[in-house]
Amino acid sequence: MPSYDTSDIRKGLKVMLDGSPFTVVEFQFIKPGKGAAFTRTKLKNLLTGNVLERNLRSGEKLEPANVETKQMQYLYKEGESYVFMDTSTYDQVHIPHETIGDDSNFMPEQIVVEVLFFNDRAVGVTLPNFIEQKVLETEPGFRGDTATGVTKPARISTGATVAVPLFINEGDVIKIDTRSGEYLERVGRA
Amino acid sequence: MRGYFERQGFVEVETPVRVSSPGQEVHLDAIPAAHGRFLITSPEYHMKRLVAAGLPRIVQICRCFRAEEDGLLHQPEFTMVEWYRAGGSLEELMEDCEAIVESAAHAVGKGTGVEVPPSRRGPGGPSAVTLGRPFARTTVRDLFRTHAGIDLRGDESEAEMRDLATKVGCRVAGDAAWDDVFYQVFLDRIEPHLGVGRPIFVSDWPRPLGALARARPGDPLTVERFELYAGGLELANAFGELADPVEQRRRFAEETAERKRRGKTCYPVDEKLLAALPHMPPTCGIALGFDRLMMLVLGASSIRDVLAFAHDEV
Repeated sequence: MPSYDTSDIRKGLKVMLDGSPFTVVEFQFIKPGKGAAFTRTKLKNLLTGNVLERNLRSGEKLEPANVETKQMQYLYKEGESYVFMDTSTYDQVHIPHETIGDDSNFMPEQIVVEVLFFNDRAVGVTLPNFIEQKVLETEPGFRGDTATGVTKPARISTGATVAVPLFINEGDVIKIDTRSGEYLERVGRA
Repeated sequence: MRGYFERQGFVEVETPVRVSSPGQEVHLDAIPAAHGRFLITSPEYHMKRLVAAGLPRIVQICRCFRAEEDGLLHQPEFTMVEWYRAGGSLEELMEDCEAIVESAAHAVGKGTGVEVPPSRRGPGGPSAVTLGRPFARTTVRDLFRTHAGIDLRGDESEAEMRDLATKVGCRVAGDAAWDDVFYQVFLDRIEPHLGVGRPIFVSDWPRPLGALARARPGDPLTVERFELYAGGLELANAFGELADPVEQRRRFAEETAERKRRGKTCYPVDEKLLAALPHMPPTCGIALGFDRLMMLVLGASSIRDVLAFAHDEV
C-alpha cells in the first residue's frame, strides 16, 4: 500500500501507529523558531478509543491503516456472538460479544449500525447515538407525583434497564442516548 | 512601542524587502521576487550592515515573508519587530521585551493578566498568563533535564541524539538530523510547559541551533541566544551576533550543504554582509513577532484573528 506523508494529513485520515489503527481527529501546522516544520496531530485509536497527540516532522512517512466501515443490520444473537448483515451485499458476519461489550444493551434486532473492519476483521460496532424503544416492563407511576429527578427502572426489548421518570408507563416509546444509556424523552404513549 | 524605542535612543530604519540573499537558514524558505531576488525572511542582514556602518541602536517594524508557513501561529506574510543594540547585552534585550510586552498589555486595556485560549494552555495549564515584570529565566539544558530527563551537552552525534530521545520515549525517525531530534523532544516534552503562567526567557542554546550567534564565553558548546515564550507562544528570538566573517562563512557553507541534502533551494551567500561584519561592534539583536504579540495580549487563538487579511483573503 502506498504510504502517506505529513502533507496528506487530513481529518479522518486512517493511519497505523505502533501497530494500531488511528484516525486523525485534529491537526495543526507548527514550526519552532529555527527548526523544521511539524504537524501537531491528535489521533484516536480506532480499537480502544484512546486519543493521543503526536508531533510529526514534515516529510515523515505514515503507513495507511487497512480499515473500512460498513453499514450492517443486526439480525439475531447466536450463542455468544451477534450476527450482522451487510446491507448492500447481504454478506453475514458473526461478531463476538466481547467486541461489542455493553453496547449490546442498546442494540435491538433490525437496527442498522456501523461496523469497523481492521485487516478485514470486525473490530468495533458504532450504534446510532439515539434509539427509540418500547418500555416492556415498569412499575406504575403515582399520579400527582411531580417530584423532578425521581426515577424508576424500566426494561426495554433488548433486556436493558433504563432509569425513567415516574410518569412513564408500560408500552410508552422512549428515546435513549446509546452513549450514556440515559433516558431522554417520551416519544410515544401506550 | 515606537515611543519606547524613541525613549531608548533608537533610530527607526527601513531596509530593502527584495534582496539577493534571503539567508541560508535550513528551515526558512524564501518567496522568489523576480530577477534573481527574493522577499526577505527577516531584515537581519541589512540591519547588521547598518550597525556596521555606525548606527548603534536601530529598530525596524516590517513585513517578512516565509514560503509555505500557514497555521494558527503562522502566515506566509507577517510583521516583525527587529532591533539591534551595539555594545548591548542579551540581558538588555530581555528588559526591552519585558517593557514592550507589559506596555502592549496595558495598551489594549487588559492589564497584565491576559487569558490564554484553550488550544495553547498545555496539559492542565492555567487559563491566564501574567505579563508583569520580571519574566522567568531558564536555560535549554535545564529544560531538557527537568522535562525530558536528558542531560544535553550540544556536541552529541546524530546517532547519540536519536538514542537519548528514544530512551525517554520520544519517537524519532531513523534518519532524523541533530536539530530534528532536538525539536522532536522540545515539542513533545518541553514547549507545552513554556511560559504558561508567566513569560519565560530560554537561554544558552546548543551550538547547532545558533548559526548567526556567537559562542558563549567559557562554554563553546552553547551560543548566546535566547527565545521568549509567553502564553503558549514563541514570541521572540535574540542572538549575541556573530561578527567573525570567517566563522560566519563556514556556518553559511554548512547550512547550504544541509539545504542541498534536503533537496531545498540554495541561496547565494551575502558577500556584502560578510564584508561588513568586521566593522560591526559587539552587538545583540532580536526579532519579535508583532502579530503574535497582539495574539498574546488579546487572547486570540489564531493569527488570523489579529490580521485584517490573511494570505488567502487577498
